[in-house]
Amino acid sequence: MNLLSFFSRRSSAPVARERLQILLAHERGMVGGESDLVALLREEIVALVRRHVTVERDNIQVKMNRGGDVSTLEIEVEIPSATPAPIAARA
Amino acid sequence: MAKVLVVTSGKGGVGKTTSTAALGAALARSGDKVVVVDFDVGLRNLDLVMGAERRVVFDLINVVQGDAKLAQALIRDKRLENLSILPASQTRDKDALTDEGVARVLADLREKFDWVICDSPAGIERGATLAMRHADLAVVVTNPEVSSVRDSDRIIGLLDSKTEKAERGERMEKHLLLTRYDPGRAERGEMLKTEDILEILSIPLLGIIPESEEVLKASNVGAPVTLNNPDSAPGRAYFDAARRLKGETVEMSIPSDRKSLLGKIFGRRAA
Repeated sequence: MNLLSFFSRRSSAPVARERLQILLAHERGMVGGESDLVALLREEIVALVRRHVTVERDNIQVKMNRGGDVSTLEIEVEIPSATPAPIAARA
Repeated sequence: MAKVLVVTSGKGGVGKTTSTAALGAALARSGDKVVVVDFDVGLRNLDLVMGAERRVVFDLINVVQGDAKLAQALIRDKRLENLSILPASQTRDKDALTDEGVARVLADLREKFDWVICDSPAGIERGATLAMRHADLAVVVTNPEVSSVRDSDRIIGLLDSKTEKAERGERMEKHLLLTRYDPGRAERGEMLKTEDILEILSIPLLGIIPESEEVLKASNVGAPVTLNNPDSAPGRAYFDAARRLKGETVEMSIPSDRKSLLGKIFGRRAA
């Protein structure tokens, strides 16, 4: 370790503290009723998308990214290029 | 009036058994009648840390199932006559413990002792929830390390929801016992500080037990650190914590092992 890296080294405890604060803020909210928020969102989004577009369940990805100030919900739907008619229309 | 105290943590290896033995002995030293109860069925260790492993005949499960009387299963400490241990079973599994059975045994223990200290197994499953279920107060043992703090947070959530006290709408009294703390490393920013952990977990501090060789030395010989070396840094820290449990106001400090210059030079050698 050279002298420069010794002085520029960031202490790790504040990182630990910040990571814990972010993590626990989310985990506390999840204990109890809301524990399956992502699973619930996923089910409803999949149902919604499949009502209008024919896609495999596995081609719909729902991800929650947790951050300190904002969390993002990422929805990725892979639609086959030759889109067949919607399920509803065929029924 | 007797108090049932659970020593819990979620995470394993943070010092629940060490703390149960040390606090139990410290409270007994102060004159109270104390029993330490091992709830870690299948992986009992409190008997070993207390130096009573060769005297175990009956255990908690025998008593719960009515195969032995409570008096037959209790082992009296050889050093302190007002300290007893109720060992866990090593061969049975935790499903042999029933809620009603545990409640009955704890009610009997309340009549004989001032303090009933339950050493919880790690985890959040049956053994751990049964150990905390009938408690009046809890000591949450935490290391200054991210995974331990996270698990303690989870355990605090369970103490506030899954215990009899919580279900009656009462507030469960919880205390944080910070173990394996190294003030030097915390000061250098290499370890979570006491204030950080208190802010995150927001429960009152019972004590800070410094990282020390004395803890291993005591368990090697089968004695609570508060009996094996009461003047050591962890010994003094546990005595302070025990006094706080009894309601005394004791200034919070982190004791350190006083070493002579020679001790500092040669202290690193294997003892």
